[in-house]
Amino acid sequence: MEYFIELFFSGLTRGSIYALIALGYTMVYGVIGLINFAHGEIYMIGAFTALIIANVLSVWGWPAAATFLCAGVGAVIYASAYGYTVEKIAYKPLRNAPRLSPLISAIGMSIFLQNYVLLAQTSDFMPFPALIPDFAFMEPVAHIIGSSDLVIILTTFIVMILLTLLIKFTRIGKAMRATAQDKKMALLVGVDVNQVISATFVIGSTLAAIGGLLIASHIGQINFYIGFLAGIKAFTAAVLGGIGSIPGALLGGLILGWTESFATGYVSSDYEDVFAFALLVLILIFRPYGILGRKETKKV
Amino acid sequence: MRVVSELKRSFWVAVWFMLLTFPIMVIKVDPYEKLIFWRWKNLFLVGAGSFIISFAVRFLMAKTDGRNNKKKHLFGVLQRYLPPVCLHSPRIIYFCLFFAGSFIVGFPFLFSAYQVNIMTTALLYVVLGLGLNIVVGLAGLLDLGYVAFYAVGAYSYALLNVHFGLGFWMALPVGALFAALFGVLLGFPVLRLRGDYLAIVTLGFGEIIRLVLENWNEFSFGPSGIANIPKPAFPGIKLSMDQATLYMYFLALLLVCFTIFVVNRLQDSRIGRAWIALREDEIACQSMGIDRTRTKLSAFALGATWAGMVGVFFAAKTTFINPASFTFLESAVILSIVVLGGMGSTVGVVIGALIFILLPEYLRAFTDFRMLIFGAVMVIMMVFRPQGIISNVRRSYRFVKPDHEAP
Repeated sequence: MEYFIELFFSGLTRGSIYALIALGYTMVYGVIGLINFAHGEIYMIGAFTALIIANVLSVWGWPAAATFLCAGVGAVIYASAYGYTVEKIAYKPLRNAPRLSPLISAIGMSIFLQNYVLLAQTSDFMPFPALIPDFAFMEPVAHIIGSSDLVIILTTFIVMILLTLLIKFTRIGKAMRATAQDKKMALLVGVDVNQVISATFVIGSTLAAIGGLLIASHIGQINFYIGFLAGIKAFTAAVLGGIGSIPGALLGGLILGWTESFATGYVSSDYEDVFAFALLVLILIFRPYGILGRKETKKV
Repeated sequence: MRVVSELKRSFWVAVWFMLLTFPIMVIKVDPYEKLIFWRWKNLFLVGAGSFIISFAVRFLMAKTDGRNNKKKHLFGVLQRYLPPVCLHSPRIIYFCLFFAGSFIVGFPFLFSAYQVNIMTTALLYVVLGLGLNIVVGLAGLLDLGYVAFYAVGAYSYALLNVHFGLGFWMALPVGALFAALFGVLLGFPVLRLRGDYLAIVTLGFGEIIRLVLENWNEFSFGPSGIANIPKPAFPGIKLSMDQATLYMYFLALLLVCFTIFVVNRLQDSRIGRAWIALREDEIACQSMGIDRTRTKLSAFALGATWAGMVGVFFAAKTTFINPASFTFLESAVILSIVVLGGMGSTVGVVIGALIFILLPEYLRAFTDFRMLIFGAVMVIMMVFRPQGIISNVRRSYRFVKPDHEAP
């Protein structure tokens, strides 16, 4: 039973991270209908920036809390700046191009960013400093759920609530929903669509950076390639939950996390990713629009 | 005045990029020794580079804008005049074909075995591109896991050879058949899926195949792969190393010719037109009485068939395969060939494949920057020419005035 609970929480942690990254995919997809393949790379860059800042500050002898704060803020700022720039360079000129062109451009961007970090930094795994301290009050349950797990889960839920509030009640959130529904119509009623799209990329990248920071300090090492698999998994999560839907991203992430965690724990760790993708195929066969996705009726 | 404002904007772009790349380009930390290296030179390089590039792009754009009216833009000229001239003057077509043909045939006699090997690879990618073009370009089904079928072909030859001693020529149809079977297998569940859902499911499928090959040691020999796969045998003669390379080259060339022939015939056939109709509008297509299931499945199966055949060729050419050859990047490269070359256009795909495979090979001088440039080229190509190198010319009927009117 204890084993089960342990797997449950490790799945919850994983799922939370997937959900954080998946949100970026889902929001971008909802607004401009593009699979942003470079999103995983933004997450990787967020983690790398945090690593660099944390190391520099710890060499300079700053206290741990300040280091954590600065690394986090730096990662978020840089990741969103990268997200913004990537959109401006690789996607904006392609707004009205054939559907596959932005996708290829995104794949190109992803390859470019990976190799950029590889060349500018290193191809080795870098040890990531443990930014999240071990809390004293977690001591009794530490063998089931660690402190970093707790922080990850809590952060995800807080971020999720904030995001929902943002989308539901603020001006930019309304503009986003309008743009997602009908870009041309939104433009006609005075929504600055370009600004909305930029904002979407910035928010998505912020979430990815938070995810990157948390997972890196949870696992303890990163390299330039971590973004790829995380990106694909997160996209799988987004599709699983129904792409374009924000609760769907959370649900998809959690389901994916639990599937992987239980499959690894009870069956075999070799086939972890196979289970994830097999689950995706299965769910899409029975619900072609994802779990929470709405079927689009097409008027002829 | 304009130049000054453009310079100013380029300056701010440079500042932005310097800020953006600052932590990753300038700082390098050594977490074990607690050392920090500041590489200020990189900051300067990024600044200067982005300033120059930004200004050059602005300059060229401004020039293009001004000239567009006069139709003097290079691409515009090519696009406007080249296809009609080429397509409607058989002499030019024949001349080009003759020239290209004799170059391709003479290639192995002019260059070293190493070059021939690279060219063979490029030819195999031409076939892969044409095969994927059936699925993506003609039928409009975005397939991100095409490499799975390639893997199926390669592994069916390797495994059949290891277990049953099957030769290349026997394995070729078997590999193709297996791949087609997998195509149908993948096709069935995804029939109902729309565009991007299809993309992720095919991607997942590709990953599943690769992961299974990697982990199922008893079946596929795991990550260490299968070595000593025989090259195709020439009846009666034992080939030396160089001769085998030459033979492989001509076989690949033959495969390319065969593929081009078949694909062209397919395009104009009943099923080819059904694919194109399905791509354009699924609902209209169904209401015209086209069987959606059969059409989609046949696209998947036929696309996969070519991948399977190339897989067998690939296994025979390299004599060693392992799952690492069949990653998602490979699928992305093949898809890029199709999209960069021009979706649905055979010539475009051929040119795209040659450029895409030969470019990184000859960029080996900058080994480190190879993939960086590759990614950048993909983005730049898409931004400046999203329809691909050669955009697909729609079939149209031309009214040709009869030379002599009947009295």
